[in-house]
Amino acid sequence: MNIVVCVKHVPDATADRKFESDNTVDREGVDGLLSELDEYAVEQALQLREGREGEEITITALTVGPEKALDAVRKSLQMGVDKGVHVSDEGIAGSDYLGTSLVLAKAIEKLGAETPVDIVFFGMASTDASGGVVPAMVAERLGLPQVTLASLVQTQGDQVRVKRDGDTATEVIGATLPIVLSVTDQSGEARYPSFKGIMAAKKKPVETFTLADLGVEAGEVGAGAAHTSVEETSARPPRTAGEIVTDEDGSGAEALAGFLASKKFI
Amino acid sequence: MSEVLVLVDHVDGAVRKPTFELLAIAKKLGTPAAVFIGGAGEAAGAAESVKKYGAEKVYVVDDAEIKGYLVAPKAEALAQLVEKTSPAAVLIVSGAEGKEIGARLAVKTGSGLVTDAVDVDEDGTATQSVFAGNFTLTGKVTKGTPIITVKPNSAAPEEGEGAGTVEEVAVTISDGAKTAQIVASQPRQASGRPELTEAAIVVSGGRGTGGDFAPVEKLADALGAAVGASRAAVDSGWIPHTFQVGQTGKTVSPQLYVANGISGAIQHRAGMQTSKTIVAVNKDEEAPIFELVDFGVVGD
Ligand SMILES: Cc1cc2nc3c(=O)[nH]c(=O)nc-3n(C[C@H](O)[C@H](O)[C@H](O)COP(=O)(O)OP(=O)(O)OC[C@H]3O[C@@H](n4cnc5c(N)ncnc54)[C@H](O)[C@@H]3O)c2cc1C
Ligand SMILES: Nc1ncnc2c1ncn2[C@@H]1O[C@H](COP(=O)(O)O)[C@@H](O)[C@H]1O
Repeated sequence: MNIVVCVKHVPDATADRKFESDNTVDREGVDGLLSELDEYAVEQALQLREGREGEEITITALTVGPEKALDAVRKSLQMGVDKGVHVSDEGIAGSDYLGTSLVLAKAIEKLGAETPVDIVFFGMASTDASGGVVPAMVAERLGLPQVTLASLVQTQGDQVRVKRDGDTATEVIGATLPIVLSVTDQSGEARYPSFKGIMAAKKKPVETFTLADLGVEAGEVGAGAAHTSVEETSARPPRTAGEIVTDEDGSGAEALAGFLASKKFI
Repeated sequence: MSEVLVLVDHVDGAVRKPTFELLAIAKKLGTPAAVFIGGAGEAAGAAESVKKYGAEKVYVVDDAEIKGYLVAPKAEALAQLVEKTSPAAVLIVSGAEGKEIGARLAVKTGSGLVTDAVDVDEDGTATQSVFAGNFTLTGKVTKGTPIITVKPNSAAPEEGEGAGTVEEVAVTISDGAKTAQIVASQPRQASGRPELTEAAIVVSGGRGTGGDFAPVEKLADALGAAVGASRAAVDSGWIPHTFQVGQTGKTVSPQLYVANGISGAIQHRAGMQTSKTIVAVNKDEEAPIFELVDFGVVGD
């Protein structure tokens, strides 16, 4: 069985994230890491393998991004993934969702050239863009069924059962491999790399692909090919500090009621 | 003027409020045309509601064949409508499903996609709020048909009768789009309160409630508000995950957000920072939530 997990390298959400003068996300000045939400995808891939004892299952972590993005692959290898693929090319810089999803889809096709890919795992959203749209785009491009936002993934043979907590109902979705899946943070805590895992990761193979390796023309992706343009980015003016009262004698509720009344909420 | 397609967000034919907000935005961009994908028996009622909010046209796609197959067939149906009508833009409500429909539509039609817009101008410039609301970004679709997903509460619905001409559209759905199917569904119990993402007021509780949501619910009901929660409250099993506000829960931008016993972690802020007025009750005066508030009470 051939499994691919798409992992993104993102600026640390707890750091001071900002934009470059060309309105692209500043990926140099801010510490980056494997997107927390993609750790859940890695975890589910590992659990799936553990649950299918006796089968030969290869898990590959795939990232698209600048040099530093390799860290996302490394962390995945430390968690237990078998091998890594890093697609890195100047031509990718400034890609929008359409560009990124094209590169991912082409890389997945390449990874499936010999043994077809059975499952592509995604995080529910990247913590920087948080679009939650790349999995659907990749599924569309690969012509694969898509089940996103899984809180529970079960497989048996080529059958997949996914539980998801929809807006109006909790649903169970059924589908057949091959498939594109995205998992939520409700799917189960991601493991920490063990010391053994960290040591083993150093010996695991990592391949680097360029656009040419994937047969993608430079004009198909990158800033020039983007279908959207960012015109302006601006830091939101800090909220002007509001009024804060300290409730020592039970007067807080009254003060709150007063505020709500002044704003005509009550 | 070109048509602007608005995908109707509905539950069994009952049109949800964000659709009316999108119709108001569509009026700025062109001629509002609603697209209803749903049961044949529900179409007339839905058409009647969108007409009241200015829909000049209502395209009806019978979903008998595709019900239960998640987003892929809806994207196919919408792509065929885009082909047929060459609209000035396509507007979709920014929920998980809406964004995925938009994503697939963008690939199918070679169009740019803007997600989570909080405003859209006459010329199609969309405003987004990113990095947990710390940055505002304006952008535009430059190629293909602009596909924009818009967050609930981004515009005020405008009543005003449209022609509401109903046109039934036959679409062909490929077998490939019918590969992931809902095999079981357990509807959530209706709380009788407004839907979290649509509500004008949200009252939330966190770990600081100690598990007692009764005061939160009482305040919510007094204000006619929806109830929300932090992940800590959800993880503790005090309230189901659908009520979670934040990065991995719902994003809300109500007129008023009241946070009770919530510290204001960045992941929580990501889901509520664009609220118009923010109020917090927290016993720790150092809690980061107080950086956001218009009014805060240090206490419990
Ligand atoms: C990948 C990831 C995704 C996440 N996604 C989300 C998300 O979508 N939404 C979300 O909310 N969180 C999310 N989190 C979790 C987030 O980081 C915080 O842990 C969480 O928001 C904390 O919830 P809290 O504020 O209720 O709890 P705490 O941080 O424990 O805060 C409780 C607060 O209550 C106050 N308090 C205690 N007792 C009282 C009292 N009697 N009266 C008044 N105040 C009192 C305390 O002073 C404290 O400030 C995510 C985390 C990760 C890693
Ligand atoms: N550059 C990238 N490299 C690898 N995976 C990615 C990349 N961008 C997005 N993804 C995957 O797509 C998911 C959703 O991303 P997004 O649509 O940007 O929110 C992420 O959780 C990742 O699994």
